[in-house]
Amino acid sequence: MKNILTIDNLHASVHDKEIIKGLNLTINSGEVHVIMGPNGAGKSTLSSCILSNKQYVKTAGRITFCGEDITHATTDVIARKGVFLSHQLPEEIEGISVFNFLKTAKSKIDGKNVYSTDFRKELMPIMSSLDMSESVLDRDLNVSFSGGEKKKCEILQLMALRPTLAILDEADSGLDTDAVKAVSKGIEMFRGEDNALLIITHSMKLLQHIPATHVHVFIDGKIVKSGDSRLAEQIDMRGYEGYKGENG
Amino acid sequence: MITKDNSPDYEYVSQKGLTREIVEDISRRKGEEKWVLDIRLKALEMYYALSMPTWGPSLEELNIDDIATYVKPASSMKDNWDEVPENIKDTFVKLGIPKAERDYLAGVGAQYDSEVVYHNIKEELLSQGVIYTDFDSALVEYPDLVKQYFTKCVPLTEHKFIALHYAVFSGGSFVYVPRGVHVTMPLQSYFRLNSPESGQFEHTLIIVDEGASLHFIEGCSAPKYNKFNLHAGCVELFVKKGGTLRYSTVENWSKNMFNLNTKKAIVEEDAVMEWVSGSFGSHISMLYPMSILVGDRARTEYTGISFAGEGQNLDTGFKVIHVGKDTNSVVHSRSLSKGGGKTTYRGLVRIMPSATHSSSFVDCDNLMLDDISKSDTIPVSDIRSSDATFSHEAKVGKISDKAIFYLMSRGLMESDAKAMIVRGFASPISKELPLEYAVEMNRLINLELEGEIQ
Ligand SMILES: Nc1ncnc2c1ncn2[C@@H]1O[C@H](COP(=O)(O)OP(=O)(O)OP(=O)(O)O)[C@@H](O)[C@H]1O
Ligand SMILES: [Mg+2]
Repeated sequence: MKNILTIDNLHASVHDKEIIKGLNLTINSGEVHVIMGPNGAGKSTLSSCILSNKQYVKTAGRITFCGEDITHATTDVIARKGVFLSHQLPEEIEGISVFNFLKTAKSKIDGKNVYSTDFRKELMPIMSSLDMSESVLDRDLNVSFSGGEKKKCEILQLMALRPTLAILDEADSGLDTDAVKAVSKGIEMFRGEDNALLIITHSMKLLQHIPATHVHVFIDGKIVKSGDSRLAEQIDMRGYEGYKGENG
Repeated sequence: MITKDNSPDYEYVSQKGLTREIVEDISRRKGEEKWVLDIRLKALEMYYALSMPTWGPSLEELNIDDIATYVKPASSMKDNWDEVPENIKDTFVKLGIPKAERDYLAGVGAQYDSEVVYHNIKEELLSQGVIYTDFDSALVEYPDLVKQYFTKCVPLTEHKFIALHYAVFSGGSFVYVPRGVHVTMPLQSYFRLNSPESGQFEHTLIIVDEGASLHFIEGCSAPKYNKFNLHAGCVELFVKKGGTLRYSTVENWSKNMFNLNTKKAIVEEDAVMEWVSGSFGSHISMLYPMSILVGDRARTEYTGISFAGEGQNLDTGFKVIHVGKDTNSVVHSRSLSKGGGKTTYRGLVRIMPSATHSSSFVDCDNLMLDDISKSDTIPVSDIRSSDATFSHEAKVGKISDKAIFYLMSRGLMESDAKAMIVRGFASPISKELPLEYAVEMNRLINLELEGEIQ
């Protein structure tokens, strides 16, 4: 077992408003961590901060990835080290095809040339497992994709780029039942002894397919309770009411 | 990219400034007929009479007394690259012209400063009656054809710099595509302004006769000097009934250039005029290609991009006048500004009362890459026909931090992420260019993004 991510007393703000308020989290290889928390609690901000989104200022704390301090590393460097974020709201980039984008990303992350024909072949089985049509590769990145198509496209990227840590920010929202199955299958294929998952979700859908090893309740900028998969079920039934008070 | 240039020996460089003597001297050296000289002299009078534009970018730094209007390289026109003097040929080889000619062009013209040094066209086009030659030769070889069209699209009186153009015009291309002939491979003219403190005033006249078609490509560039240069070319295009003309331009001027070019097309019944334009470089550009849709069901489309970096002010736009019935125009304009550069879209759509059932769609999208750059949209519409359809969409925005973060989260460095967004933004235009030019355009975009000094 190897340490993948350690977040130590992280504080982060945007426009002088503190959003992450002293957050601690340790993720080891082979683990599946789930973060659940009410809207606006700061979950997406946390995932953005792990990847050093410049919108947020880290005012205190430390983040290490595989033993290396990445608190102040730039987004691209962190991505190349092996952190992947499936974005809650993937951006639409006009004029750049999914294939060209993914090929560029692959060559940056693997640090070597990627050949179009080989790479296309490599993507084919992934796409069919996600029930995606090959023609998606030639569309402009996320442009006019449906909500579900965007999420699938993120998972396609996850599977093609094979990171060490995958952060999935609401990868399951907006997916129909079949798509949840397909996406879970993809995530399950990715999961292994050497990597780890951090899943941010509001629903149990994904968790029915991917067993969580750790579940955290995230309220107002920090983790207020951690437990195993039973914690997720409790929250699913009772909501966050009982936890909000714990946040002084 | 050419940073240093071979300075060829010049056979003749006119005195700086603009006087009647200089104009007469240019005409004499070219051995022109009187009717041509008369046009020059009339234009000179117009030049003195017309005032500077009172709108748009400031032209205060431009002083015609510092500009040599006629610079003749020490070479006559050749139809074989091997005969072009080595130092001049080198420049065009570096620009990839001879290779492009071998690979995918039907004909090439290359102008160096004021004179055309190379012109050639494929045999098979000659046998179909296609004429493609430099403008000076056309004046001598096809005087009747030239007289019929010359100054008929862009009159001397249009504006001060067109008057200047007609007073000292030199070089340029002449194309005639006979009725029903389809020129399947493009023709290209390349204009290189090489000498410092000088002007280039080439005249391009193209006639696409009834039912004929042509793709004409114009390339322009200049090396960097500390003093200002002036480009005041003129393009007159005639697309006859049922004809199709695509006019593509990739301009890459050095940042000391005043680019005050005039381009206009007269489009007849059922004819199609397509403009594709990439404007890079120059200190100041004022460039407003125009289509006049005189015939019923005439159509025009303009697809253009401009990129202004530090110290640049690019004022461009498309103008269209609908005269015929059921005419249609579509404009896709994109601009990028960076490092304090400024882009302005200044367009005009005029739909005359005669142009019943006409429609026009204008779409302008401006992207600023930082907080210090500027972008403006000044569209003028003058719709005089009651059943016209006109729509205008304009967007001005800064490059999205979220989009940059998204791409960087996939391992792209910030500069690569920006370049990718910009390339994507430019893709509707680069898609319209032949592959080689699209590649060239992407290269220019990358250079601009790196802020490389030419
Ligand atoms: N760039 C920003 N500027 C201003 N406020 C921001 C910014 N980013 C986040 N916030 C605010 O920070 C808080 C946390 O937002 P965040 O997106 O992290 O919530 P979340 O837990 O992911 O919510 P959800 O479950 O709805 O996705 C919200 O109140 C949000 O409005
Ligand atoms: Mg969120």
